[in-house]
Amino acid sequence: MRMLMFANRNTKEILRDPLTLFFGLGFPLVLILLLSAIQANIPVELFEIKRLAPGITVFGLAFMTLFSATIIAKDRGSSLLQRLYTTPLTPTDFILGYTLPIIPISVAQCVICYIAAIALGLDITVNILYAVLFIVPVSILYIALGLLCGSVLNDKQVGGICGTLLTNLSAWLSGIWFDLKLVGGIFEKIAYALPFVHAVELERAVISGEFSEVVPHLLWVLGYAFVLLIAAVLLFLRQMKKQ
Amino acid sequence: MDAIRIEGLTKKYKDTVAVDNLCLSVREGELFSLLGVNGAGKTTIIKMLSCLTQPTSGNAFLNGKSIIEESAAVKSIIAVSPQETAVAPGLSVCENLELMCGVHGFTKEKQNKKISELTDLLGFESVLKKKAGKLSGGWQRRLSIAMALISEPRILFLDEPTLGLDVLARSDLWDIIRSLKGKVTIILTTHYMEEAEALSDRIAIMKDGKLLICDTADKIKETAGTDSFEQAFVRIVKGVAK
Repeated sequence: MRMLMFANRNTKEILRDPLTLFFGLGFPLVLILLLSAIQANIPVELFEIKRLAPGITVFGLAFMTLFSATIIAKDRGSSLLQRLYTTPLTPTDFILGYTLPIIPISVAQCVICYIAAIALGLDITVNILYAVLFIVPVSILYIALGLLCGSVLNDKQVGGICGTLLTNLSAWLSGIWFDLKLVGGIFEKIAYALPFVHAVELERAVISGEFSEVVPHLLWVLGYAFVLLIAAVLLFLRQMKKQ
Repeated sequence: MDAIRIEGLTKKYKDTVAVDNLCLSVREGELFSLLGVNGAGKTTIIKMLSCLTQPTSGNAFLNGKSIIEESAAVKSIIAVSPQETAVAPGLSVCENLELMCGVHGFTKEKQNKKISELTDLLGFESVLKKKAGKLSGGWQRRLSIAMALISEPRILFLDEPTLGLDVLARSDLWDIIRSLKGKVTIILTTHYMEEAEALSDRIAIMKDGKLLICDTADKIKETAGTDSFEQAFVRIVKGVAK
């Protein structure tokens, strides 16, 4: 109950920020429409809607990292967290309270992207439902990254690191915008050692119905999500103690 | 009865001693001020007493409960209004109060009763639906104190409650703090001499983590040999008091 009150507050704070609505829900939509328009004039295999839409749904989750990191960093900066640490809320309440509200926002963003993709020609199959389902572990990965950043950075640093650096890195290393094989070498190896490209290929495999390819990518995503979540919890507890 | 009993409380950060072997007690219902220049250790004391920071050594007992061994029990009887306003800026005044009721596990009836009481006490009627982030500094401070009062604490910590406020907003807040005197034990930290003198039953003056004097404002002036409390503070901190 206490955790739900805290989670409810976090949901309101996130959804009442107009920038959140634009970047979280509107920006991925703009990207799908824009790249589909380019695809209509200059056909590129990478930007075919069945490959583009899963990529954009994952790319949009980079903003969830930004949202979760920003709200924690702001709460630390304004001492709201300090106030709440003197209440009966437990560390588990804090972690869940920051994580849970962003999962439905991620799912909503994913649903909006796929609705746009259907309007742009994506075949309506049950795989879309599975793709929405599989966005949950991917979103936990991105939220954990936000929890981690928000626990160690202030809100200005969060804007720079999560808003710019991380968004770009996760885009370049995800294979959404260009085929990683075209770059190859160490770049491709680094990309495949990180979770972003696996998250995109997981979604693409699900949408294409190639379920045999899902498991290895899912394991990468879950592995990173688990490690990042543990790291985020430890860092959050550390800053809680440092108060 | 003592609401707070501090026994040799010390906090060290690497080479710095933020609070040095502090011993004092605060009576129930008393308004007790901690006064000192920057780095005197006022906020560190509040953080230790509110279980936010572990002391390096020593202990303190709030209503008989140890801040080290019984932190959960201590947390259940205290509330803190931190130096920063510490409100949720995207929520309305009412939603901020509901949040605090929720995290303290209040029923809907108790929540409504508490919000109604605090609205009357702090005059929130006109701003109840306004977003906290859009309020003036004075109103945000009021809200911060209201959020601390929600849990009906036995001991309330007010860390620089009037910092940065204009004269009128400060005067309003003083009235609110005065209205709480006797009902709840208040520990107030401040930079403002006139605030400490006007509000406090007793004042502790600190410097570099050490307690220099702890007495009523009149006795402190008498000790320093001056009629001005500000002058007394300066003399005591500079070590030139009689």
